[in-house]
This record gives sequence, structure tokens and C-alpha cells, in this order.
Amino acid sequence: MSSVAVQPVPRGGMARMVGRRVTDWLPAAIVLVLGLVAWQGVVTVLHVQRFLLPKPTQIASTFWTDRHALWSAGWFTFQEALGGFVIGSGLAIVVALVLARWRPLGSALMPYAIAANAVPIIAFAPITNAWFSPLNKSSKMAIAAVLCFFPVLVNTLRGLTSVRPSSIELMRSYAAGELEIFRRVRIPTALPYIFTSLKVASVLAMIGAIVGEYFGGSIEALGVQIKNSASLFQFEVAWAAIVVACILGIAFYLAVALAERLAMRWQPAQGRE
Amino acid sequence: MTAIAAERPTGRRTFRLREAAGRAGVLLLVLAALWGLWEGYRWVWSTAGFTWPFPVDATTMPHLHSIFSALFQPSRTNGPLLIHVLLDSALFTAKEAATGFALGAVVGFALAIVLAHSRLLQRGFLPYIIASQTVPILAIAPMVVVWLGSLSVPAWFSVAVIAAYLTFFPVTINSLRGLQSADPRAVELMRSFAASRWSILWRLRVPASLPYVFSALRVAATGSVVGAIVGELPSSIQDGLGGAILNFAQYYTFQPTNLWATNVVAAALGVLFFVAVVGAERLVVRRAPENVA
Amino acid sequence: MSEQAAAVEIKGVSKVFKGGTTALTGIDVEIHPGEFVSLIGPSGCGKSTLLRIVGDLIAPSEGQVVVNGKSAHRARLDRDYGIVFQDAVLYDWRTVSKNIALPLEMGGWDRRRRGERVREMLQLVELEGFESHYPWQLSGGMQQRVSIARALSFSPALLLMDEPFGALDEMTRERMNAELLRIWEETRSTIVFVTHSIAEAVFLSTRVAVMSARPGRISTVIPIDLPQPRTALTREAPRFFELVTAVREALHLGAEVEPAA
Repeated sequence: MSSVAVQPVPRGGMARMVGRRVTDWLPAAIVLVLGLVAWQGVVTVLHVQRFLLPKPTQIASTFWTDRHALWSAGWFTFQEALGGFVIGSGLAIVVALVLARWRPLGSALMPYAIAANAVPIIAFAPITNAWFSPLNKSSKMAIAAVLCFFPVLVNTLRGLTSVRPSSIELMRSYAAGELEIFRRVRIPTALPYIFTSLKVASVLAMIGAIVGEYFGGSIEALGVQIKNSASLFQFEVAWAAIVVACILGIAFYLAVALAERLAMRWQPAQGRE
Repeated sequence: MTAIAAERPTGRRTFRLREAAGRAGVLLLVLAALWGLWEGYRWVWSTAGFTWPFPVDATTMPHLHSIFSALFQPSRTNGPLLIHVLLDSALFTAKEAATGFALGAVVGFALAIVLAHSRLLQRGFLPYIIASQTVPILAIAPMVVVWLGSLSVPAWFSVAVIAAYLTFFPVTINSLRGLQSADPRAVELMRSFAASRWSILWRLRVPASLPYVFSALRVAATGSVVGAIVGELPSSIQDGLGGAILNFAQYYTFQPTNLWATNVVAAALGVLFFVAVVGAERLVVRRAPENVA
Repeated sequence: MSEQAAAVEIKGVSKVFKGGTTALTGIDVEIHPGEFVSLIGPSGCGKSTLLRIVGDLIAPSEGQVVVNGKSAHRARLDRDYGIVFQDAVLYDWRTVSKNIALPLEMGGWDRRRRGERVREMLQLVELEGFESHYPWQLSGGMQQRVSIARALSFSPALLLMDEPFGALDEMTRERMNAELLRIWEETRSTIVFVTHSIAEAVFLSTRVAVMSARPGRISTVIPIDLPQPRTALTREAPRFFELVTAVREALHLGAEVEPAA
């Protein structure tokens, strides 16, 4: 009678299971290798100028030689992203809790939060540079914070208000007050929504920090280095810096994803996302 | 459950009017509240002389009415009114963004159709497409624009390419999910009519994918405007909003209101694109209401 | 096991929703302690609404409900009843044990008492061994058993059930019916049970209240005089078929007679 879900072992046992995994990632690995080889080949064969599009090997060697400067710049920018992420997301969650508690206010303001998310916030970078000096990390932290705020607010609010009516009825049958309903039902229901939006926010925070630096920032920052080297046609340095930005962006995202797995151990393993 | 048939029609009309009036009222209230918060914060901070997080004066936080009135003054001596300058720039940027949006959406959707029919291609390319969402793509904007410029691509088109790039990824991923979301039983039904793959695609999968596609288009609407503005930064384009921002940023300490006004116009452009997509979605997609508390 | 079974008196209850829909009108029913009463009727007859009015989850437009000698509102605040819905409404983030313990936590029971009671309930619904499972790991029938265990965990005098087995297949449903009767014998609480299934209503109840729609009202109450305890054999007895027919005819009759609006 028991139909407890169990991962089936395919016929043919362990070998088959490992084999299946390989076919899963092999195409992607092949694409990566082919892509890099094609890049290298095309650039060499067509004698593309170094300043137009460098070879992967050249980027790799620049990455290695400049690694100290690049990583310290990356760390500088990452701090801006992290600070903005914490401030923006934290504030958004608090505001969402307040708006979920006072529903009429929440539903009235929701469309505005959604519309505010459509504003090119990055255009405010010169203004934050005027508020805090361009060399100061706070100027980029502010941009990152605002970028994180609205998506986290909208999604957290949606999660807090997506409870099934029967869950609320159940709580009412236990004579639960609003606060208890919040604590026991709404907040746990909202967790998946919160973590999804935090993953998005981590990406936005990095973008906000780097692109904010394009409008002016300290020479120690990654975005400034990308912009400067690009304008001087030193594309190897620029690409190497981009690689650092990518690695940091992915690492940040994965860190949030890991936190999600830890906080929500009760979720069945997700297939995709 | 008898419906009270006779009284419905007029009841509905007055209800609609009341709803619309209510919404307009809320809009006015929100605008008034924002104005109040701005001026209030300004007054408190400048009177008390707080310097955290930043000192408040006419440069850091101009009065809202000064920003508004700056629109109707020339941006430089004997020049056109600021609002004309900004609207022209906005139009220029809008063209870049719209071109990029259309390009990215079409290519993204086409790629999704291809991927939906080949598991092999999916497994080969999808991981990179998904991973690219975690990467600060916008970071390569200056490089791409400079590089394309050196290939003699017209500057505005390189900017459109950036906008297309930001549209492409969410559209591909969501379209793929949408195309695969068709109920398997609906597919079986079509097969029982001996429908061809093409027919199944256009009659079933594409309509089923629309909610997902529009959800991506909403994100892409904002993304393409942001991409266009950021793309204009490194190139020598003066005609767009990005150029206007850089220009007024240089003279910020003399005329802060110009930059603020530019931001207001940029914000309006972003919201306009977003609202246009939402409007199109309302027309095209009919969704069942959610049953939540 | 429960302190006492509740009596439920429903006097002159009617419910008109905003927008003018009359869901219920003139409901008068007395449910004696320890009875098992089913509410059966076509869609739209208001049976779920009536159940929720008894549970003080919806307020009646007219009339009153007395549960266990108190108003329905007081009974809810005093936690005199447990409720089971058609879908189990388990919380995904809690294990089976923690789901069952939910009302006990809210009632301020200490950890030791909670643990003991959860163990007892798991035995009662025959789910020992599944303490640390999460809802997604259980079948529909098992989830409903957890839901029932939760509803009974604090020994309420009254159990309200809204088509709890509606989403299950026929065979599982018949098995769950037998389980429910076994549990009822042990706990002896009053049960008000909403269902669509004539056979289920007759098999489980001491009385069946047949409802009709437009407007929602109770058209007949049929006493079920089948012997207790009821088993699989009961379903094959001639008297069973007679009663099923009686209920079916009462349903048809109720559908034909539509009073002037």
C-alpha cells in the first residue's frame, strides 16, 4: 500500500545510472570545447587583429599574469554588490511583511512596486556618485540596493499572500490570531518565493555594482578597469576582468542557492530550478 | 444559486466606474505621498543638518518643483527647452531599445522552437543559456559596442545589439519552458487527429507558451531600455538618453535639476515599455484568476 | 477517548452571500452527542457552507448554532472541534509528526505530552514508521490519515469533515470508510460528514440529512438502522440497498420540488 516515493534504480544497475549521467552533461561539455576551439581557430585563421578579438589563450595568459590586480578589483566590487544586496533585500522583506499585514495598503501599492521595477535604476548612478563620492563604495551599494529592493519586495509579498484559503480556514479552526497565522503559515509559504527573488537579486546586485562603476568609480574597481581597458582597446585585460566578474556572479548565485537548499530541506529535489 | 438577473447590467457599469475612480484616487494619493515624503525628508534633514547618509541641499536633493520647472527651461543658453531635448533623446533610445527588443525576442523564440524539438541540442546549449542569466551580461556592453564600432557597424545598431542580448536569454528560457508546458493529453489528442508536428506546434504549443513568453517579455522590456542606455555610454552617441545622462552628469554641480529631469524621462520610458508589454499581454493572453487568500 | 461528545443544534439558519445568492434557508437540525450525521446533496445545496457555519468559519445571515452548549463562535475559540478538508491541507515544511502536533503546539502543550499524543495518533491511523516523512512522500490516502490524526489529536468533542475522501479512488475510499468507523468507535466523538456519495453516507452514518438546492435546505433526514459495528458485509446486506435507494429517491424528490423563488 505504501507509495512512498523512492528513486528507482534503472535496470542494469549502477553502471546504467552512471552512464545516464554522462549523457546528460556530455553534450554541454562538447559544446564548450568546440566553442573555445572554434574561437581560437577563427581568430588565428582569419588573422583577426589582437585588439579586436583576442584568442582564448591570450585571455587566459593575461588572466594569469594580472591575477592579483584582477582579484583585488573583483573583491572591491563584490563588497559593493554584497552590501547593496543585504541592505536592499533586507529592507524589502521588512516592507513586504508590513504590507502583507495591512492588505489594503499592500494591494494598492503592489502595481507601483511592479512599475518601479521597470525603471532603469542604473541611470541614477551619477546621482549616487554625487551623494557619496564616486570613489566611495556606498555610491554603488546604493544602486545595488535599489535594484534588489523591488524584485524582492514584489515576490516576497506575493509569497506571503499566496496561501490557500483552506490553510487559513484550518488556522481559524484553531482560533489562531493574525500574528500566529503569519508565523506558522504565511512566512513558511513565502520562503520559496523569497529565495527565488534573492537569487535574482544576487545577479542584479553584481550588475548594479559593475555597471554603476561605468559611470565613474575608483580605479580599484572591476567595472572601471573593464571600461578603461575597453576604451584603450586592451581587450585581453577587459575580457579577463569579465571572466572574474562572471566567476564572482556565479559564485554569489550559487551561495544563495546553497542557502536555499539548507533552509528548505523539506522540498523534494527540484528537477530544473 | 439564483442570479438576480434583472439588476446586473447597470450594477456592473457603476461598479466599473467606481473601481476606475478608486484607482485614480489611489494614484493621486501615492503621488502626493511620495511628494510629501521627498519634501518632508528634505526639510527635516536640511533643517537639522544631518550628514548621514549624505548631506541634503539643492544639489543632492533638488526640490521636486525645481526639477519639474527645469523641464520648461532651455538646457543651455539660447537652446531648445530641456523637455524637447529629453524627448528627442528618449525617442532615439527608444528606437534602439525597441529594435533590440524585437530582434532578441524573435531570435530567442525561434531558438526555443528549435531546442524544443531536439533533446540533444537542449542538453548541449541550455546549461550555458541558463548560466548566462547569473552572469553580469551588461558588463560586456562597453566592449561589444567598441568592438562593433571598429567593424564599422553604425553606433545605434551596436546599442540595439546590447538590448537584443538582454532580451534574448530570458525569452529563450521561458519560451522553451512554455512550449514544453503543453498538457501531454492535449498533444495526444492532436496526434489522434493525425496532426503534423508543425500543426501541433502552431495550434497547441505556441498558444500554450504565451503566458511564459510574456512573463519573459516583461523582464526584457526593462532590460532592453537599460541595455540601450548603458550601451550608449562608451560610444560617442550624443543623441540618446545615455549621452544626455553623461552630459548632464558632467555639469551636475552647476545644474543638478537637468540630470534629475533626465532620470525622470528615463524612468518614464522604462515604465512605458513595461506597460506596453503588459497591455499586449492582456489582449493576447486570457488567464484564470488565482484562488488565494 | 474524548472528554465528551458534543451536541449540535442548528436553529433557523440561513445564509445569503454578498451579491444576493441564497446558499441556505431555514436549516433546523439537532445532532445528538456521539452521532454520525452525513450531509448529502447535489452541488450548490450549501452543504459545505453549512459545515463552515457550524465551525464558525462563516457567519450565518440568520439563526443560531449551538455547539456543546455554547455559541459556535465560543466553541471555535475553545477549540471544541477538529476539521478535515477534501484536500489534506498539510504543511509541506513540517514532517508528519509536526503536522499532527500543530494544534497541540498552538494549544500550549509541552513537548513530552505532544510527543506521547502524536505517537498515540500515529497508532490510531496506522501510520507508525512515517513520523519523519514529509507530505510529498505520502500517497493521497496517507495524507488524509495524517489530516484526520491532526484533527483528532486534541480529542475534540466534534469532528467536521468536508468530503475528506472525495479525491480518492473507490477502493481506497471504502478502506478509509472502515478506518474512520474504527476510529469513531474508539473516540466516540460526534461527527458531521459532508459527502457526494450515497453509499458512503449510508455506510458511515447513524442518520443521513438529504439536502436540496435552490435554495439550499434540508429536505429529509433518514435514520440509518444498520447494525454496528459495520463491516464489508454490511455493504452487501439487503437493508443497505434499501437505505441507499431511500436516500437516492429523497435526492431526486428534493431536486424535483423547487419552491417559488
